[in-house]
Amino acid sequence: MSADFFYGIEVVINGLMAGVLYALVALGFVLIFKASGIFNYAQGVMALFAALTLVGVMEGQVPFSHLINAIFGTEIHHFGWHVPALLAIFLTLLVMVFFAWCVQKFVFRHLVGQEPIILFMATIGLAYFLEGVGDLMWGSDIKTIALGLPQGGSLWLEQATSGLGGDDFYGFFIDKLDIVATLVAAVLVISLIVFAQYTKQGRAMRAVADDHQAALSVGISLNFIWVLVWSLAGLVALVAGVMWGAKSGVQFSLSLIALKALPVLMLGGFTSIPGAIVGGLIIGVGEKLFEFLIGAPFLGGATENWFAYMLALVFLVFRPQGLFGERIIERV
Amino acid sequence: MKDAQDSYVTPDGRTIGGILMDMRNITLRFGGVEAIKDISFNIREGEIRAIIGPNGAGKSSMLNVISGFYNPQEGEVWFRGAKRPQMKPFQVARHGIARTFQNIALFEGMSVLDNVMTGRLNKMKAGMVSQAIWKGRAEREEVENREAVEKVIDFLEIQAIRKTPVGRLPYGLKKRVELARALAAEPNLLLLDEPMAGMNVEEKEDMSRFILDVNDEFGTTIALIEHDMGVVMDLSDRVVVMDYGRKIGDGSPDEVRNNQEVIDAYLGVAHD
Repeated sequence: MSADFFYGIEVVINGLMAGVLYALVALGFVLIFKASGIFNYAQGVMALFAALTLVGVMEGQVPFSHLINAIFGTEIHHFGWHVPALLAIFLTLLVMVFFAWCVQKFVFRHLVGQEPIILFMATIGLAYFLEGVGDLMWGSDIKTIALGLPQGGSLWLEQATSGLGGDDFYGFFIDKLDIVATLVAAVLVISLIVFAQYTKQGRAMRAVADDHQAALSVGISLNFIWVLVWSLAGLVALVAGVMWGAKSGVQFSLSLIALKALPVLMLGGFTSIPGAIVGGLIIGVGEKLFEFLIGAPFLGGATENWFAYMLALVFLVFRPQGLFGERIIERV
Repeated sequence: MKDAQDSYVTPDGRTIGGILMDMRNITLRFGGVEAIKDISFNIREGEIRAIIGPNGAGKSSMLNVISGFYNPQEGEVWFRGAKRPQMKPFQVARHGIARTFQNIALFEGMSVLDNVMTGRLNKMKAGMVSQAIWKGRAEREEVENREAVEKVIDFLEIQAIRKTPVGRLPYGLKKRVELARALAAEPNLLLLDEPMAGMNVEEKEDMSRFILDVNDEFGTTIALIEHDMGVVMDLSDRVVVMDYGRKIGDGSPDEVRNNQEVIDAYLGVAHD
């Protein structure tokens, strides 16, 4: 086997790992869309906000410190303590659940039965509102997440595989962070599936996703389920925010990862959890492989920026419901 | 008229108990339209109570008031001897009132079995962790719930389709699955909104038999809306007749059949 073949495999592996992160963002969209028909434009900002909150809590930053200092002329910035990672994650989750509750209580409860476009507009408003709150609460400087996640290439893996492809092959180069992200995402997805399949709340969630009226008639509170799915989307956002934030620092451009989720959703379908995962993997592998085989040698590179959208466009033309989405049937 | 709390035995040997649900002076408006005008009637424990009337008479609205989908502007709903506060539909369901819908509201993507299982969601009390790992209380509850559900499935003769996704079933069977889901909740009061609408004669006969058997076997109190006069007269113990949001008749099928106002509403009458 030639070295090129093994480099190709390395590209596929790296593509799969990038795909996991895309899938993670898409998953947040699917959860909310399935249960309430709302396309949540704010999902990316939620990831940003969750990551900001996690860093802020860990470092003992005083929330709204700039605002407080500006009003009272004080000079407070830090509580002076450091919160251990696990506790900080737990506290951040509480914040995300509180956010979910607020969203339901103050926004979507008042918009029940409205057109999808109105709900969508509301989430755009929500996105900018949350971005502003994040800025005001934690400041706009770029932060690093100090969760102690491993970074850099895995030397062990590189050495162990270096013998595979002859003299020109130096072993697989795989980022340790990507491996961790993949494992965490896998655990998250499996937990979500177990939750949805076997718990009472999960079954109620699937029921609401299927039919609101029927759900009400068997005694399911729609409000509770909607708070629940927004909380779960908050959890997914936290994981996505941490993983992306660990890669590129927690900065406001993090919210743009939502845009990467769009082609994934078009491929996988807006209503399918397996679809989000497979869609993410296809896009991840597809864009890396396309760059490796065609983009870099023939098109001058940088195809990764547009390949996903191109693929999504092809899907929109030939299979608009996505790979796993509910079939669109119109009866006459 | 029989006294409010007295129980009595029907000619076919079923015992009808005291008043389970009492609707007192219910008025429901949509904007300027009065869908229900000052209607009172009651439902006794163990009986099959029908609400009939021409199209647009307000029958479905009345059912929706009982099940909490609409809140009346005036009047009181008394259930099991206590005045019911304003409730949301899911709260009403948790208080033991199950229902079916005129246009069928099932979980189309789920199997028949899963659909019927949702009827028992509120019987699950185990903690989330216990449910997720499938041990302890959750396991026992699951076994109990499955037994109860299988009983209902046997009873309504839908064993053969238990694994079929509901979306693929024909109309008549969907109606039966919806009844099964409502029954799985072991309701004190079962509301059926046009259980036989759109069915052929054979399916209607099946459904009538199931309704009678449910009432007989489980002693479930049933309130139903139906268009087919023949069916209503055969099934029900007492009938409320509505027309233009008013109550124009109330009593046994025979009494109602001979009520001049009811005859006029159904056959039409010359106005002068």
